Amino acid sequence: MPAAKKQPPIRVLIAKPGLDGHDRGAKVVARALRDAGMEVIYAGLRQTPEAIVQAAMEEDVDIVGLSILSGAHMALIPKILELMRKERSGRIPVFVGGIIPDEDARQLRKLGVKAIFGPGASLQEIVKSAKHLAGRAS
Amino acid sequence: MSPARRLPPAAQALIDGDRRALARLITGAENDDPGAREVLRAIYPRTGHAWLVGLAGPLGVGKSSLINALLAHLRSLGKKVAVVAVDPSSPFSGGSVLGDRIRLDRPPDDPGIFIRSMATRGHAGGLARATREVARLLEAAGFGIVLVETVGSGQVDVEIRQVATTSVVVLVPHLGDEVQTLKAGLFEIADVFCVNKSDLPGADRARRDLTELASLGSVDPGWRVPVVATSTTIPSGIPELWQAIEAHEHYLDSSGKRLEGERRRLTQEILALAESRFVADLSRDPSLPRRVEPVLARRIDPETAARRWWQERRKGRA
Repeated sequence: MPAAKKQPPIRVLIAKPGLDGHDRGAKVVARALRDAGMEVIYAGLRQTPEAIVQAAMEEDVDIVGLSILSGAHMALIPKILELMRKERSGRIPVFVGGIIPDEDARQLRKLGVKAIFGPGASLQEIVKSAKHLAGRAS
Repeated sequence: MSPARRLPPAAQALIDGDRRALARLITGAENDDPGAREVLRAIYPRTGHAWLVGLAGPLGVGKSSLINALLAHLRSLGKKVAVVAVDPSSPFSGGSVLGDRIRLDRPPDDPGIFIRSMATRGHAGGLARATREVARLLEAAGFGIVLVETVGSGQVDVEIRQVATTSVVVLVPHLGDEVQTLKAGLFEIADVFCVNKSDLPGADRARRDLTELASLGSVDPGWRVPVVATSTTIPSGIPELWQAIEAHEHYLDSSGKRLEGERRRLTQEILALAESRFVADLSRDPSLPRRVEPVLARRIDPETAARRWWQERRKGRA
């Protein structure tokens, strides 16, 4: 019997699909989520949609965070969402960080992205949203 | 033959190779949830045959890169292989960043590989509490080889011996004084020594030192610990590393040591599980606060208080 029945930590996958090498944002977010008590699987740079979906499944994460600064978001994110549905991971909430124009953001939300954070977003805001998406709103 | 007992559906899915069921059960084992417990009970009789290969060694010696190279090699031999990579949890927030996947690249559609990252969640010894259980789940799902990467703190990764059938201790050239301090801990658990980054100067020296150390004998007098030089950048030595691991596994079979090792590991596991129950039970004992007072007042010492408590509890039960 466990000493105390604590809530297990939220598991979150942070990945950068596509080809841009700007991973500071992803790293800073990974750290903030860690400091909020989450287990962050950091998949790193230049991940294919297939690899990201595979990692989300194997790691059985509660949420997926994608960072894209290449401008290729409208090609990559719908592909990832579609693969997740195909792989029966469609219920895992996905949030996105990066430079996403409003029009694209609207469309991505329609496709199922749960939250989008631009350059001005605070870490606090991202942590709060991640908890909310994982069903652990505090 | 007795008819096979009906398995819980999740256990059946696991055995049928459902990767999602496997992933969920691993989470369940980590969180100690009753559903996963039930599956672990059901599959237990089918486990105990996998090769659990542990890689231990200080931070930055290239354990993840070695695992990546071993993965490719094992897949080329047609073997199914799973990886459990353990990273530390923060003692402050309880959170962690698990970054070992970065170095593991493989075709994403290869069903012969399964990779899982685990956080220690406060467990000491370089592994996560549920590592053994996760290894059993992987074995039941058909992964006959499980590579386990420890936290990489160096001297305290000795718990790998409580899980692995073969422990590989990974070092690099020029560890120098660190090598000396490691002698008592990490050095004793090695079934195989690996000098990684052997393309760097000083590799021969490190290899010589380790060979000398290995010749002094290991925990198991019947096994001479091989020293393998590897490099993942060139790359070189990876097939040789696997051969050394394989040779140790074959030795375990031919010498009868496999059963002996399993007996030792299971004894430790049962003890640890029983201990955690005792500790939980003790910490709920309502007499505990009042036992602290005389110790706080310096009338008796902690050892006396503990001994009296222990004696009273034993009497109470008799």
